[in-house]
Amino acid sequence: MLSCKQATELMSHEQDRTLALSERIGLRLHLWICAGCANYRRQIGVLRSACRRFGSGGTP
Amino acid sequence: MELDRQSELNALRPDLLRFARLQLRDAGAAEDAVQETMLAALLGSHAFESRSSYKTWLIAILRNKIIDIIRGQSREVAASSLADDEAGDDLLSESLFDQRGHWQPETQPGRWADPEASFEQQQFWAVFEACLDHLPAKTARVFMMREILGFETGEICKETGISSSNCWVVLHRARMTLRACLETNWFAGVGG
Ligand SMILES: [Zn+2]
Repeated sequence: MLSCKQATELMSHEQDRTLALSERIGLRLHLWICAGCANYRRQIGVLRSACRRFGSGGTP
Repeated sequence: MELDRQSELNALRPDLLRFARLQLRDAGAAEDAVQETMLAALLGSHAFESRSSYKTWLIAILRNKIIDIIRGQSREVAASSLADDEAGDDLLSESLFDQRGHWQPETQPGRWADPEASFEQQQFWAVFEACLDHLPAKTARVFMMREILGFETGEICKETGISSSNCWVVLHRARMTLRACLETNWFAGVGG
């Protein structure tokens, strides 16, 4: 089973490259049982949205 | 009604300069990019109805200027200099995870309340910029090339002379650091 530390690495990598099947399965199983990492994944998604917004001049 | 572009441009100049400085971390180069952007803007003949649409247009020009500057620079983010950025990240990692690599009870991420509402507040963006500004310089360069300027990781490798795997690790560290910074300085206080 992945540790949370390893899971956070994979959640970042999936924003930059295609994960291998074994990585995808490992991550999915981990997210199934770990609320902290599931929240982390949403949060780095928010971070990405914020960067897009900032980079396109869409800030108030 | 058409916008008074000249006065809006002057009003938006500090925003443009902050944006360029964040990306380039070089006051002179940032100034040049903004000058060129303002010149291009004054020569352009588009009409704009709102400050926000004008700002979007200006930022798009400025981004292209910044991308040109980065592409013209020599490869200066050698892998060895990235190592200087790593010490602080290891400390963050130690504070977040226990010895088995699981979240500490007090650091486990919770829910962030309504990010879209935060995006509408100027105060949020001040925190966001401060968090970006606190990243170590080389890490910041790689992260902003990827997430703000929209480079693919392959091109980041080419422009900076680091390997793909190194690039992915740097991006991971940057996200982890920024997430923690936004958590501490913004979201923990917004219904957290
Ligand atoms: Zn976990």
